[in-house]
Amino acid sequence: MDPKVAALIDKYRGYEGGLVPLLQEAQDLKGYLPREVLEQIAGGMHTSLAKVYGVATFYSQFHLKPRGKNIIRVCQGTACHVRGGTEIMARFEKELGVGSGETTPDLNFTLESVACIGACGLAPVITVNDDTHGRLTPDKIPGILEQYQERGGKQ
Amino acid sequence: MERITVTINGNQYQALKGSTILKAAEANNIHIPTMCYEEGLSIPGCCRMCVVEVKGARKLLAACTTPVTEGMEIQTESDRVVEARKDILRLYLASHDLRCLTCERNGDCRLQDYCYRYKVEDTPYRGEQKKYPVDISNPFFFRDYSKCIMCGKCVRVCAEINGAYVYDFMEKGFDSKVTSAFDDPNQETACTFCGMCVQVCPVAALVEKSVMWAGRPWEMQKVKTTCPYCGVGCQLKLKVKDGRIIGVAKDKSGSNLGHLCVKGQFGWEYVHSPDRLTRPLLRKNGKLEPVSWEDAYNHIARRLSSIRDQYGGQALAGLSSAKCTNEENYLFQKFMRTLIHTNNVDHCARL
Amino acid sequence: MMPNRILICGGTGCISSHSRPVMDRLEKELQQANLDQEYQIIFTGCQGFCEQGPIIIVEKDSTFYCRVDPDQVPAIVQDHLKAGRPVEELLYTNPDTGITARTRDEVVFFQKQKRLVLHNCGLIDPENIDEYIARGGYKALEKALAADPLQIIEMIKKSGLRGRGGGGFPAGIKWETARNAAGKHKYVVCNADEGDPGAFMDRSIMEGDPHAVLEGMLIAGFAIGAQEGYIYIRAEYPLAVRRLLAAIRQAEEKGFIGDKILGSGFGFRIRVKQGAGAFVCGEETALIESIQGNRGMPRPRPPFPAIKGVWDMPTNVNNVETLANIPVILGMGAGEYAKIGTQQSKGTKIFALTGKINNTGLAEVPMGITLREIIYDIGGGIKDGKKFKAVQIGGPSGGCIPAEHLDVAIDYDSLISLGAMMGSGGLVVMDEETCMVDVARFFLTFTRTESCGKCTPCREGTKRLLEILERIVEGKGEKRDLETLERLGRNIIDSSLCGLGQSAPNPILSTLRYFRSEYELHIEQKVCPAGVCKALKHYRVIPEKCKACGLCKQECPVGAITGEKKAPHVIDPAKCAKCGECVKKCPFEAIVHG
Repeated sequence: MDPKVAALIDKYRGYEGGLVPLLQEAQDLKGYLPREVLEQIAGGMHTSLAKVYGVATFYSQFHLKPRGKNIIRVCQGTACHVRGGTEIMARFEKELGVGSGETTPDLNFTLESVACIGACGLAPVITVNDDTHGRLTPDKIPGILEQYQERGGKQ
Repeated sequence: MERITVTINGNQYQALKGSTILKAAEANNIHIPTMCYEEGLSIPGCCRMCVVEVKGARKLLAACTTPVTEGMEIQTESDRVVEARKDILRLYLASHDLRCLTCERNGDCRLQDYCYRYKVEDTPYRGEQKKYPVDISNPFFFRDYSKCIMCGKCVRVCAEINGAYVYDFMEKGFDSKVTSAFDDPNQETACTFCGMCVQVCPVAALVEKSVMWAGRPWEMQKVKTTCPYCGVGCQLKLKVKDGRIIGVAKDKSGSNLGHLCVKGQFGWEYVHSPDRLTRPLLRKNGKLEPVSWEDAYNHIARRLSSIRDQYGGQALAGLSSAKCTNEENYLFQKFMRTLIHTNNVDHCARL
Repeated sequence: MMPNRILICGGTGCISSHSRPVMDRLEKELQQANLDQEYQIIFTGCQGFCEQGPIIIVEKDSTFYCRVDPDQVPAIVQDHLKAGRPVEELLYTNPDTGITARTRDEVVFFQKQKRLVLHNCGLIDPENIDEYIARGGYKALEKALAADPLQIIEMIKKSGLRGRGGGGFPAGIKWETARNAAGKHKYVVCNADEGDPGAFMDRSIMEGDPHAVLEGMLIAGFAIGAQEGYIYIRAEYPLAVRRLLAAIRQAEEKGFIGDKILGSGFGFRIRVKQGAGAFVCGEETALIESIQGNRGMPRPRPPFPAIKGVWDMPTNVNNVETLANIPVILGMGAGEYAKIGTQQSKGTKIFALTGKINNTGLAEVPMGITLREIIYDIGGGIKDGKKFKAVQIGGPSGGCIPAEHLDVAIDYDSLISLGAMMGSGGLVVMDEETCMVDVARFFLTFTRTESCGKCTPCREGTKRLLEILERIVEGKGEKRDLETLERLGRNIIDSSLCGLGQSAPNPILSTLRYFRSEYELHIEQKVCPAGVCKALKHYRVIPEKCKACGLCKQECPVGAITGEKKAPHVIDPAKCAKCGECVKKCPFEAIVHG
């Protein structure tokens, strides 16, 4: 039993509709939602594991597997698509050696695609963690990765 | 109850105000196909098989969720409706395991029935098929999601009737499926094996193990009976083939509305057990020997009388069953009090 | 003396074009030049002209600077602020006419706009309630509280305001239904789950003028008799969340949100609920399920949310832009408002211009404007001088409109009759290099992923539509596929449970309607005329142009190119991976594809 998760459960127990924000905060805490956490939440919120698992697998924000230190999200919105988003994704896959939805073996990067992030004026666009990088070309990608590689190394 | 007039397929009918199109049609012997609708459970309106055409509505409406209104003009089998239903069936077929030849539900399957009704012979949608391993881990039934049509009735019956909440919808969209958390085998969940999920499944995604290779649905006789276990007296139908029970089907006429627990649903194997007592036995010289009913009754009467006479009625007690009728239980306590001379009478609800 | 303001755009677009370093630099330069008392820097919301960010406006003479780099800041301070000479190179020059604009009003992008809802965006500090109040903010609420709720509803009905989130349902009727519904607790939900790819107007409103949204909610709450409001916002919008939370806090401090608002008997609370990444939660009943902590799967209607919504209580759901229209309507009066727009669609609409267009960004225009005006006047035409092919309106629920309809006056109804829909107002411009089959495939990939899976037609149908499209772009299409697409598309629209499924086939049906021959070429000739579909590309060397330099041979990653010295090279189509590297490398433009 994780005491920090227990504290979160206390915060949201009795709060109607609290399951989604509870899962969000639990994920912020753990980086992902391991089975034990979901079981603890189901027990603590007096709801079934099936329901908790159903909610956790419905929303794309939730992850049931560990994730990388840096999360790269490649926008697959319409504007990015017509302005070459596919090539951006392909280049990331090539540089990182993993596909969309996967994490590099050193746990440094997780590569994901994301539905439109609403920065279409800068298409094609990606986010790395909370930073947005726009007007990209495939050739700018090694440079971007380098920035975060260093940051990852320092940690 | 207030009544209103609706027109269904050109004919005027009376309908209860507040009832759904489905119920209003059903009450007038007009049968609208459904996959996800089940009397007694909440109504998700998700299978869309029951869509009908309502004058003035832009889209087709689900008959199971749309209430009738005064003067409503409904078409339940118009070209547009049939066209939509056909495509829903074709879509089901596209991701359904179509090994119907040996399917246990062959002949007792909603998908087959509706494909027949709407003359859907095949599907033009060739593509990815959902394939899941079959879960055979529990002794009572198997889960084969390659045949699941996602009606969600098992989810609802488990949550709303049993309260076990074993199943839910997992993932999203085409990838979604009805299963237990983490796909855990039922053995490892809160499942009580009441089998109600098996009973409501319109296809063969959930099937009792006992019927496997045991006979075709049309070869089975359905014998209505009362569950032999507890005092509730649940009604059920035994599926019988060649004089042997091979399963249990639901019977909605009793107070249990077709719902059963694990005992009524799966606890009938003893009927054919070779160890079962079929006639009275009397221990003679340390060994049990078959005797006639008459000898047995005589023996019981003699021994009860002699114990009462020697030790008094308080030396005896009687235990009857909640499964007996009130009249039988009345007689039993009368018998104990007046003839045996004791108030030691009780019953067990589960005997 | 009031300091002069310098506005720096702090919308998400400009922030990612690095407007923060520009602001930091400006702060430093002002200090060094001893001008920090004289000038005040305001970090504003979105100006809408994202293409040209970061944007700075020097308010005293309205100078409009764009694409400002931190290193150009000293010039602004020294030349402009000190010496009074605007920095010419940072002014916007119209690429078509070569005319340089000095102020925002001179920039053609802004000239045809009618900024009612966006009237504060880019001109105030969104994190400071006083700036909102100074520009007339919360006056509409005051006005509303002095009136009868029924009068407010009448006013909204009279204004003709229709929902800006997609369907275009009359807002006043929605309010009236919720008002008349029985229930002692009622809710107002602001749908800020803007998920249509290509739309970001709601984000900009929330980031640039969050109080306008709150004021709209408060007025709606008062009108329908609600006590509580939820803002359901995408988790992908962290800046908007932060600004909304700050705005709610400030409004509470000032007594605009709370128990006895402005001394009246009306009390209202607003809570922010963050989504968790599901497009379908933009559908109002799915949104309600999500608020209640469930999987965001739509409920059957009826009952409508106005009767049974959040926790089965009467709930009025409006989207961000709709709610931001409310203070505007109360401010100018329903009659004046209704003069803007067309017969059936009143007021303005914010469009998000993206794609192959010169001026990407946000533009608020009166209903009834033509697409040509938006694309060519405001949008500055097609990028790189290419030819216009189609414009996709309404996101995954919408459709593609070809050149022949560019002069139609657009409103809710004209768009539907063209096979598109207003949707949330995403407007993606496509040029001749866009393949319409690929566009349809793109949108179906989106809806197939975002379908919640509840109802059969959408869950199974979008998947099958997508599979057919994928076969077509891979050159495996069959003639009967088009009929199948149309039939299945029609049936999905007709029988799906919610708006997502009921509109998911639109991108296919509209492209089939206007660009059927393009589909036929893919299927019958195995040709993609736009040269987009990789499987249908065939690379070849034009022998007359090839100088046999060997660069392509060197570059080819799969060894598909052969050729001797001084002899034209040849590409083996069986080996070719169609990566296009050879085309880029060839100095003589001797390699082509088609």
